[in-house]
Amino acid sequence: MLHFPVWKRVLIWGICALAILYAAPNFLYGRVESHNDAVAAIEKAGGTATPEQAEAVALWPDWLPSSIVNLGLDLRGGAHLLAEVRVEDVYEARMDGLWPEVRDALRGLRDQVGSIRRQTAPAGELRIAISRPEGMPAALDAARKLAQPVISFTGMGQSDIEVSSQNDVLVIRLTDAERTAMDSRTVQQSLEIIRRRVDEVGTREPTIQRQGEDRILIQVPGIGSAAELKSLIGTTAKLTFHPVLSRTAEAPPSASGDLVLPASNEQGIYYVLERAPVVTGEELVDAQPSFDQNNRPAVSFRFNPSGARLFGDYTAQNIGKPFAIVLDDEVISAPVIQAHIAGGSGIITGNFSVEESTELAVLLRAGALPAEMTFLEERTIGPELGQDSIDAGRTAAIVGMIAVVAFMIASYGWFGVLANIALAINMMAILALLSVIGATLTLPGIAGIVLTIGVAVDANVLIFERIREELRQGKMPARAIELGFQKAFSAILDANATTFLVAVIMFLVGAGPVRGFAVTLTIGIFTSVFTAVYVTRILVATWFAWRRPRAIVV
Amino acid sequence: MAFRLKLCPEKTNINFFRAAPLTFGFSVFLMVASLVVWLTMGLNFGIDFRGGTTIRTESTQPVDVGAYRTALQGLELGDISITEVFDPGFREDQHVAMVRIGAQDDTQSITPEQIATVEAALQTVDPTITFPSVESVGPKVSSELIWSAITAVAAACAGIAFYIWLRFEWQFAVGSVAALVHDVLVTIGVFALFQIRFDLTTVAALLTVLGYSINDTVVVFDRLRENLVKYKSMPLRDVMNLSVNETLSRTLMTLMTTLIALSALLVFGGDVIRGFVFAITFGVVIGTYSSIYMAKNIVLYLGVDRGGPKKDSKAGTQFANIDA
Repeated sequence: MLHFPVWKRVLIWGICALAILYAAPNFLYGRVESHNDAVAAIEKAGGTATPEQAEAVALWPDWLPSSIVNLGLDLRGGAHLLAEVRVEDVYEARMDGLWPEVRDALRGLRDQVGSIRRQTAPAGELRIAISRPEGMPAALDAARKLAQPVISFTGMGQSDIEVSSQNDVLVIRLTDAERTAMDSRTVQQSLEIIRRRVDEVGTREPTIQRQGEDRILIQVPGIGSAAELKSLIGTTAKLTFHPVLSRTAEAPPSASGDLVLPASNEQGIYYVLERAPVVTGEELVDAQPSFDQNNRPAVSFRFNPSGARLFGDYTAQNIGKPFAIVLDDEVISAPVIQAHIAGGSGIITGNFSVEESTELAVLLRAGALPAEMTFLEERTIGPELGQDSIDAGRTAAIVGMIAVVAFMIASYGWFGVLANIALAINMMAILALLSVIGATLTLPGIAGIVLTIGVAVDANVLIFERIREELRQGKMPARAIELGFQKAFSAILDANATTFLVAVIMFLVGAGPVRGFAVTLTIGIFTSVFTAVYVTRILVATWFAWRRPRAIVV
Repeated sequence: MAFRLKLCPEKTNINFFRAAPLTFGFSVFLMVASLVVWLTMGLNFGIDFRGGTTIRTESTQPVDVGAYRTALQGLELGDISITEVFDPGFREDQHVAMVRIGAQDDTQSITPEQIATVEAALQTVDPTITFPSVESVGPKVSSELIWSAITAVAAACAGIAFYIWLRFEWQFAVGSVAALVHDVLVTIGVFALFQIRFDLTTVAALLTVLGYSINDTVVVFDRLRENLVKYKSMPLRDVMNLSVNETLSRTLMTLMTTLIALSALLVFGGDVIRGFVFAITFGVVIGTYSSIYMAKNIVLYLGVDRGGPKKDSKAGTQFANIDA
């Protein structure tokens, strides 16, 4: 036991050396951070560096590891939001989109079903009253033809709507499979859009993750407040193209179910539009600031194939009629269709300045949020408070470490010194692992590290106490040391396995800072078992082989 | 002989069962009392579990709780509590207070406008005031968080019980879980009694205490398992006493190093995590007590199946050979 094969020695010391190497950048945090930021900025700019950036890069040599511990929001300051996506919004839009199709299909059966009227219905349902109930079977048939298969892995083979009748009312409902597929798409889409908007601002390492069914967690370090973050996310650019029914000078009551919107550049002018848009901004693949033929700022855009087809068909059938370009519930312009627009690209002109057209293009590219969001939780932490917490945590860690080191030496003498070396390596290993896996260090996480200082020596205490016992029973030093390590192992294993279990549960169930605590605790368990069992053992073995003491005092 | 700091004599022979009815009774009493305090006084839930908003204020001028209150009273925000925070780590002219506002709505957290009005109202009282942190949790999330907290503690207990059952015997599992329930209940009782703020980090603290307490219990059980094989004919009670005595010095050493680290955090760690650290510190002490006085009493009461002939082949075969 006290004899280690060479490969094992190399391996253990190699791991220790790596731990120190990878922990090192954290001791010059500010330096390495500016180095990393500069490297990222240069890469973004395509390889060209400004003099300041080149200077910042030189702060830290490239060949050394440069990953550092990610500081959590409570340490760095920033904003945290938990948003719930109102997926039902999308059901409603879906039904609004389906209505013209159903209407057209039923109009073709006018002689059988009579006149039709859309009734108010809960989200995800379309109710249509027909005046001749005896035509219901024909209506049902026509509506069923509109059903399409659900596009998702779990909903394969199911259809997206289910059609039924209640007396003289035709009821079209979204199926559960379709709802699930839509929810998932909506949240995914929202996530992407939020990510793009937050990225536009260019803050450091934002966290944007899906949580559960319909929630999104957004954490942005360095931002002033949660309110600021909310307004950043909430800025929408919802672009739609609608057929124009009429143009009026005063707002008519919107009883007919048509859409009445003001014109953005003409005071007091309103457009009456069909509620269902021909094409929406979601079909856009690109938008760029440009100029029209009169050299006024404009935004040119391009549709994806399905959008291009819809747009092309519509323009072909409606030459000579006006259509409205609607942005955020305002009609930007309502040009008259001059010709069939094939190819799916077009240009929006309005009274834009160059800045406005640029901004509009950015917003259009980022797209609109498909549904509204409710903010369930929000936290803002100022950077000064974070710095105070770091300082306090650091002081506590240093004081705790010194006290534990002194206590161990007082209790176990030379063996205590060896245990302390192992403890120091343990701390390095924790820092190194946190940096390498990109874990986030939170304030409870720091507490977890300090606690680990206290508990990590437990394994060594178990071993040393065991060695003492064996010595008392009159065993020879070498034998006592060997037995000490051997017999203490099952207790160390069981004790750490149970703690590990608790840490895993904490990680799975906990949120935010608690997770950070669970992560450091878990890492601490692995590193402390490694250092207490292997590092201390190799230290004791090396010392023993060198001094060959006849008697030892633990 | 070199100097060694010893927390207890080299060889102890304490009969931990001598006062068994007293210590066990005391534990049961503590548990019942905690439950009563918990149910009658309730816990001082933080916004994580109750919904609402906390605003941390910082100013170079002394905190005038009364003035803050009158400034906020006119805003009709419902239940408002203001507490001044003290910490040895604060600078001379650093005055901190926590303002807590109840939930305004049944799902949302708080609107930016509401926060802005509160901040403006406080700024009229004290122009130098700043707001280092604003946290808001909607009631929808907070009610879920309560459930996830309860699930976490229950899952941790169940997981530990299962592991102990796997590695030891079922009696040990029952004993350790009883000790864990004891630790959790008593810690909650203290939080209820002194109305210390109870939030998500407190639950993390409770889980940590579970981890520490089981660690301690496992060390004793591990020695017990070893000694049960070693001293086959010794009565269970004596084997237990022996095991606890043999591991006593380790138990105290580890308790000491852990308390040293925790004290450093308690004093220097800042006010933000003081509640969290306090819960762990208290729990660690109670956890040590319970693994010595609680867990094994239950194992003794339940009895342990000490192998018998089929498992201990060496001891058993002798007789078998004679018979054959």
